[in-house]
Amino acid sequence: MIADNGRLLAGWGRACPSAAWVVAPEKAEDLNALVSGPGPFLARGLGRSYGDAAQCAGGTVIDCTAVNGIDEPDSIASRVRVQAGCSLDALLRAIVPKGFFVPVTPGTRYVTVGGAIASDVHGKNHHRDGTITAHVERLALATPTGTLECGPNGDPDLFWATAGGMGLTGVITDATLRLVPIETSKMLVDTERVPDLDACMARMAETDADHRYSVAWVDSLSKGRHLGRSVITVGDHATAADLPGKLAGDPLKFNPRQLLAVPLTPPVSLLNPLTLAAFNEAWYRRAPKRRTGELQSIATFFHPLDGVGNWNALYGPRGFTQYQFVVPFGCEDVVRRVLERLSSARAASFLVVLKRFGAAGAGHLSFPSEGWTLALDIPLGINGLAVVLDELDEIVANSGGRVYLTKDGRVRPEILHAMYPRLGEWNEVRQRVDPNGVLSSDLSRRLRLTGPCPRSGDRSDRGSTR
Amino acid sequence: MNDVTGMPQNVVVLGGGSDISRALLRALAGRRLSSVLLAGRTVESLEGAVKDLHALRVEKVEVAVLDVTDVGALEKFADLAAERLGTIDLVLVAAGVLGTAELSALDAPLVASLATTNFTGPAAAMTAFARVLCAQGHGRIVVLSSVAGYRVRAANFVYGATKAGLDGFALGLGDALVGSGVKVMVVRPGYVRTKMTEGRKATAFAVDASDVADAVVRGLEKDAEVVWAPSWLCYVFGLLRLAPRSLWRRIPV
Repeated sequence: MIADNGRLLAGWGRACPSAAWVVAPEKAEDLNALVSGPGPFLARGLGRSYGDAAQCAGGTVIDCTAVNGIDEPDSIASRVRVQAGCSLDALLRAIVPKGFFVPVTPGTRYVTVGGAIASDVHGKNHHRDGTITAHVERLALATPTGTLECGPNGDPDLFWATAGGMGLTGVITDATLRLVPIETSKMLVDTERVPDLDACMARMAETDADHRYSVAWVDSLSKGRHLGRSVITVGDHATAADLPGKLAGDPLKFNPRQLLAVPLTPPVSLLNPLTLAAFNEAWYRRAPKRRTGELQSIATFFHPLDGVGNWNALYGPRGFTQYQFVVPFGCEDVVRRVLERLSSARAASFLVVLKRFGAAGAGHLSFPSEGWTLALDIPLGINGLAVVLDELDEIVANSGGRVYLTKDGRVRPEILHAMYPRLGEWNEVRQRVDPNGVLSSDLSRRLRLTGPCPRSGDRSDRGSTR
Repeated sequence: MNDVTGMPQNVVVLGGGSDISRALLRALAGRRLSSVLLAGRTVESLEGAVKDLHALRVEKVEVAVLDVTDVGALEKFADLAAERLGTIDLVLVAAGVLGTAELSALDAPLVASLATTNFTGPAAAMTAFARVLCAQGHGRIVVLSSVAGYRVRAANFVYGATKAGLDGFALGLGDALVGSGVKVMVVRPGYVRTKMTEGRKATAFAVDASDVADAVVRGLEKDAEVVWAPSWLCYVFGLLRLAPRSLWRRIPV
């Protein structure tokens, strides 16, 4: 008998969905009770990780989004306790009018606090402020061995295994975040167009120290001497004195709206080399050669794509993946080679983002480390793409870099251990709280994160009947 | 697990000794393949495939004796396969024989036997594996159909009819499984130069087993539900299917 198997869940890239039983508890206590069962279990937030990180085929997926309370922020100590299912969108709506901002935000507000910690997300301020877990004072974790509290000063091993731990150390139930005081909800932004990759990198290295937020958008379709032509934006929170009279009356107003939504999945990807070339050209041309001191809203500056609902559907039924890697400073040529290689494979990309990371955090599996990070959205199904990405992984790993698990859906398990040398250390902590391995995800199974290191060319033929 | 580019890690093959199976496994070994369970009528029939996989440094290679016509054994075999591999990402159903369409050679038991080998057994096996894959929430069944089943012709109508049945069963099963995380891919090769077709006259569009394997890998990358090998046969047979029967029976393919 072929039995009903629950609900189909996919990542943001919509490329390899799997079915699981979904439960959506409303109270943190219910979360604790849930993970004491036999599993496999996995917590899921808003499903913004691109690949298979928030899927648990054949198991139970705990939808945490209803456990979303926000305590009154402590305005003296600039901190707030939030439940893990709370989205950054809801959190910002609660705290911005009170004069606070989140310490780190990724490119979308539609992630949960729990998901942000499990991915150890970074933002445009990484070069200065690090990842989100650098600003977490404590968190509570429902694990198969009970509810545990941890923080950088209390059970730091468990805390740093959870920071970027992809939800595999337990279900985060709540966390206390340090906040950034702001005078206004506006950003003071400088925009600059640069003609090629060298100029972009040189300019970013120059201006990073002067601004809290910095990022470059790179035209993935430009070739030859125009390769890597970019638009750099840098910004800081505007002070009350920066606001003109008509905005000064309500300096902390925050009410972002979705402008439009993609109503259905088109039968083929609308983001193909032709449309992307037109988009990239327009994006580059539209940007001013140089503009300083422009006032932008938080949503425009940090979360431009949140203005379009379900934009991921534009990639059609086959979906897409994001290739995001980091390589140390000095490996600028790797960034160039990746752009060249993907361009010649006709793997055009919508919004390629380049950023300089500051020092790495303490999370065992945290992605950011000092160097350049490049992120490219790539439609799947392009002939030869999978092999090209495998080659790029080798180049990245050989340069001492790594790919971001939250974006990944395809890296080779064997190479992952070179990219994340602290996997063994992480696994020891994980086994302490989940000795039977009931927490798992499609990603952890695909990459054998929770098992011994897979060796390429292993011919031990365990269990062979030959 | 299957990755976002469609590549499986753990694969079960029914008819593991066939040339097309071996070619596909070689192609997958270059990607993410790490564990394989090969099933065939005899262990000897699988020896070549085992050797291939060891040479390609596939981590775990297991063999099992299975006759797909022994339909009573299939449910148990599917459970055993899941137990041995942990999870099953892809099941290749490649069991089948060409048989004959010579009227002088055909009799009732022979037709019944061909139908069991090419249709009843594989369809039952797909059902057993669909159950296991559904329970694990993901997976893909790849079934070897044939252009011969797209429109049956006199020259190999018994084989063609069994493949037509299997093709239809697989498409229907795939549709029924939408939303379960389990997918079905139907592969329709034209004339393939293999052990099975040895001694038969090759047609104009003959391909090698490796071409079929490449087409399947390409199909996995594109998440295709139907794969033709070579791919342009889709258009040729799309037209031929519309030809009037008086013309169809005269086409010398």
